[in-house]
Amino acid sequence: MKVTWQKKKNKLYIYLNGELDHHEAGETVKRIEELIERETPRDCVIDLENLGFMDSSGIAVILKAYRQISAMGGRLCIENVQQQPMRVLDASGIERIIGFTALK
Amino acid sequence: MKEKNVLKMEFPSLSANEGLSRGVVSVFASQLDPTLSELGDIKTAVSEAVTNCIVHAYPDCIGMIYLRCRILEGDELEITVKDKGRGIKDVKKAREPLFTTGGSDRSGMGFTIMESFMDYIRVRSKENVGTTVTMRRKIEKRASVK
Repeated sequence: MKVTWQKKKNKLYIYLNGELDHHEAGETVKRIEELIERETPRDCVIDLENLGFMDSSGIAVILKAYRQISAMGGRLCIENVQQQPMRVLDASGIERIIGFTALK
Repeated sequence: MKEKNVLKMEFPSLSANEGLSRGVVSVFASQLDPTLSELGDIKTAVSEAVTNCIVHAYPDCIGMIYLRCRILEGDELEITVKDKGRGIKDVKKAREPLFTTGGSDRSGMGFTIMESFMDYIRVRSKENVGTTVTMRRKIEKRASVK
C-alpha cells in the first residue's frame, strides 16, 4: 500500500495505491493522520483510483479521516472508486455521511 | 453434496496472510469462471473471515487458521475458515451490523459483508475452543463468447 498526496489550494488530495486490508490499515491511518495534521487543509479528498481491493478495515480508515477533518470544520469526500471497493462502501452505508464518486 | 474439487491450507494468524489467503481462494475459484464482480465478493468475504481470526480469535497470540475451499455440484463454491481461538460469546450479537469488540480500528461490518456478499453463511463457535465460519456462493453460468 502506497500513500501519495498533493495539495491544491486548500484541498488535500490523498491517493491510496494497492490493497487496503487489516494488514495495511494501521500504517495507512497513521499516514493520513499525519498528512492532515501537517497540511491542515480545509477539505480533503481520498482518491481510490488505484485501490484495487478494500475490505471493512478500509471503512474504519475512512471514518477516522472523516472524524479528523470534521473536527477541523472541513469536509471529506471519496473519489474514483473502483468496483470492488464500491461494493464494500455501499454495504457499509457510509454514503449517508460521506459523499463518493465511482471511477469513470 | 458432492465435492468436485477441494483445497486445504493452514497458516499462522499473521496479518500478512490476509492477502495471501484471499489470493489463493481467488485462484481456486477461477476454475468456475466467475465474473470479476463475483470474484471481488468472494475475496472480500475471505478477507473478513480471516481478519476476524487474526483480530478476535487470537488477539494476544499467533494461532493457526484452517482454510478449506470446495467446489460442490452445481457450480457452488464453499469456503470454510476455522480457528482454535477464544471463540465468540454471543454469535447473534457479533453478526449485528456495527457491533464490534475491536474499538475504533474496526468497523463492525465484517459479518454483514460476509452475509450480503455470499449466498449462505453459518457460524459455529464455542468459547475457548474456536470458531468455524462456512460460506457458500453459487457461480452463475455464463454464455461463452465465441
